[in-house]
Amino acid sequence: MAPTSQSGCALLEMRGIAKAFRGVQALDDAQLTVRRGSIHALMGENGAGKSTLIKALAGIYALDAGSIRVEGIIVRPQSPRDAEAQGISTVFQEINLIPTLSVADNILLGRQPLRWGFIRQSECHRRAEAALKRIGLSIDVRKALNQYSLAVQQLVAIARALDVDARLLVLDEPTSSLDEREVASLFEVLRELKRRGLGILLVTHFLDQVYAISDTITVLRNGRWVGEFETASFPRAHLVGAMLGREIHDTPSAAPKTAVETAGEAKPPLLELRGLGKAGMLRAMDLRLRAGEVHGLAGLLGSGRTETAHLIFGVAHPDSGALLWRGVERSPFGSPREAMRHGLAFCSEDRKAEGILPRLSVRENLVLAMQANRGGLRLISRKEQAALADHYIQALKIKTPSAETPIQNLSGGNQQKVLLARWLSLSPQVILLDEPTRGIDVGAKAEVEKLIRSLRDQGMAVLLISSDLEEIVRTCERLSVMRDRRKIAELSGAEVQVSSILRAMSRHDE
Amino acid sequence: MKAPRSLPLLATSFVFVTLYGVASALYPGFLSLQVFVNLFGDNAFLGVAALGMTLVILAGGIDLSVGAVVAFSTVFIATLVARGAHPLGAMAAAVTAATFFGAFMGWLIQAFEVPAFLVTLGGAFFARGMAFVVNRESVAIAHPFWQKAADFGIPLSPSATLPATALTFLITLGAMMIIAHRTRFGRNVYAVGGGIASARLMGLPVASTRIAVYALSGACSGLAGVVSTLYTGSGDPARAAGLELDAIASVVIGGTLLTGGVGSPAGTLMGVLIFGTIQSALVFDGRLNSWWLRIAMGGLLLLFVLFQRALSRGSALEK
Repeated sequence: MAPTSQSGCALLEMRGIAKAFRGVQALDDAQLTVRRGSIHALMGENGAGKSTLIKALAGIYALDAGSIRVEGIIVRPQSPRDAEAQGISTVFQEINLIPTLSVADNILLGRQPLRWGFIRQSECHRRAEAALKRIGLSIDVRKALNQYSLAVQQLVAIARALDVDARLLVLDEPTSSLDEREVASLFEVLRELKRRGLGILLVTHFLDQVYAISDTITVLRNGRWVGEFETASFPRAHLVGAMLGREIHDTPSAAPKTAVETAGEAKPPLLELRGLGKAGMLRAMDLRLRAGEVHGLAGLLGSGRTETAHLIFGVAHPDSGALLWRGVERSPFGSPREAMRHGLAFCSEDRKAEGILPRLSVRENLVLAMQANRGGLRLISRKEQAALADHYIQALKIKTPSAETPIQNLSGGNQQKVLLARWLSLSPQVILLDEPTRGIDVGAKAEVEKLIRSLRDQGMAVLLISSDLEEIVRTCERLSVMRDRRKIAELSGAEVQVSSILRAMSRHDE
Repeated sequence: MKAPRSLPLLATSFVFVTLYGVASALYPGFLSLQVFVNLFGDNAFLGVAALGMTLVILAGGIDLSVGAVVAFSTVFIATLVARGAHPLGAMAAAVTAATFFGAFMGWLIQAFEVPAFLVTLGGAFFARGMAFVVNRESVAIAHPFWQKAADFGIPLSPSATLPATALTFLITLGAMMIIAHRTRFGRNVYAVGGGIASARLMGLPVASTRIAVYALSGACSGLAGVVSTLYTGSGDPARAAGLELDAIASVVIGGTLLTGGVGSPAGTLMGVLIFGTIQSALVFDGRLNSWWLRIAMGGLLLLFVLFQRALSRGSALEK
């Protein structure tokens, strides 16, 4: 931990920041400092509190506690417009502009120059052009924004942010939809802004980019401040360790490895990816899922783990590579339905939005997938449903008063088990689990892990996506490490250790 | 390369000119200044209502109360005049009442996050009911000032006059074009319709913009009621049934996207003129049932929706 010292007060100082949402502490005594003429990266895993922090800064959320100072003066932004008035301009992820309006409109909306209450259009165009010129862009500002590439749109968003004499520019994942060349030109602009004394706060999950451009890094974890570091003297491995809450030199966790690992080698894979990928989503990757094996997918948030599952399951459609099913090459699954027909199951990460129907009973939630698979005409009898529900409630030890209880009354862990049961009822051969233990308590976690191991023992091929490296190490025989939307390593047998994963994740290559 | 934003407007203008040309070739006398001017006069109350609707749709909303508010406005004015009020005062009262009613609906939509479709449907029932409460019968307007206003006209040529109704339509059109393109409020309307979440994050006054849009649509409906009484010389609680649907059709045919954010009052003018041209052509022809108007409008509406879909899909594919 090397807090950088500098004379005078910093451009932005956030101290003791706390914010809770319905009892969940999103930020707890967090802090952040950004200096003039520097680029500061804000890093953290999912749930670290990055987006809460910048939304508080932009005046979208009111803080429960803590102070925000801009050049030493306390501010309390009430709205994005208010924050702008204090010199804080934020460009949110997904480019929050109006694609159907002209570039000039987008830059000046809400602050067009007026004469007698009417907009002066020629003046508007001139000001928009001047704002773009400042960041080295010269385009026709009268054209609709959506006629330009995403990279240009990103620059237009920055031009809008700068048009209000911003002192601090906050960029939330500005590069997530840009290609390498576009990223390079964006960084050129950021460096120029930095030379002019602007403070830039950059939220991103691309490690390479953080090291390419930032001067200092603040790491948050679970809503708490982990530390502030000088980028140049802070090794990648330490950064990854700080984000995940692990020291890099940890003693390898002694996970006893069974004999499965060698036995698996001989078996032909059930499902194999050869160079499967999609432009802008996932670099071409190889992956082999074998029956009776749990394959882990480790990586930071946004590293391409969920994308891999989506490409396999037909949620997204790969544009390169091949898929082998039981050793036979075939076209990738075109839809989740097709994947399900072949015996695949996908338990998605966001169980609130994509998984459960909160008001329906445990039984109803459970039979959904089975009914969908049978088609609407061949109904499952009520008796059959009840038997099925009872079977899984016992087999998975789901804690519920009865099969008829609305699923929203169950704890997170038990909801997760019902979702698992839903897929298991289809007797899949390959099951893709995306963060199956997120947000559930330790005891339930252990049970879900046990369940995953028993699925493996029954001969299923399991793909386990998890941010919890310990969990991956405990459960998997083999694992792939992802970073920046590509697979960077495959570990198996004795290599399956937290320390080797961290090393792979932070390895500086090329 | 994606099609420019003006393409739908160009397409609508092209359809109008073609229709007018075909009708002129088929029916002698169609190609005259007075027939053209009458397109504005005869459809002024549809036009004024459709201009209000344009703003609502641009902001991503919908207003189904238009026809009922127009009917209320006509019968309210006629009853007030019959009871001795000055016509100008009656008009002002009707437009004011309609504006507040629109603002109230807008407030409900904004404050309680209820679908505009439902709120304005409820508003339509309420306004239509209130129209019948004011007077159950059609009321004729007899007032010297009224007669003067209804007879007023600007002579354009020896054989053509621009009536007061058409003048009101054109003035409203001009005002709407200035509001839409040359005021911050107007640009905010486009922004709210183009992406409400983004508009919020850009710090735009989303709530007041949405409420104002419905208030303005209410004002336009009230004014359309004024135009309607000038045109017919009476107020009628049963008038303008389904006018909102003709207005929506004119707006969409005029190139405004029903999802909001794209379109213009000028396009709506074209939509109304197309409506008027088909109607006039049917009158000139005399053999066809007037319901062919609806059939033609239905066909055009579907055509334009598909056309816009193709345009937006074209731009989506490019990404």
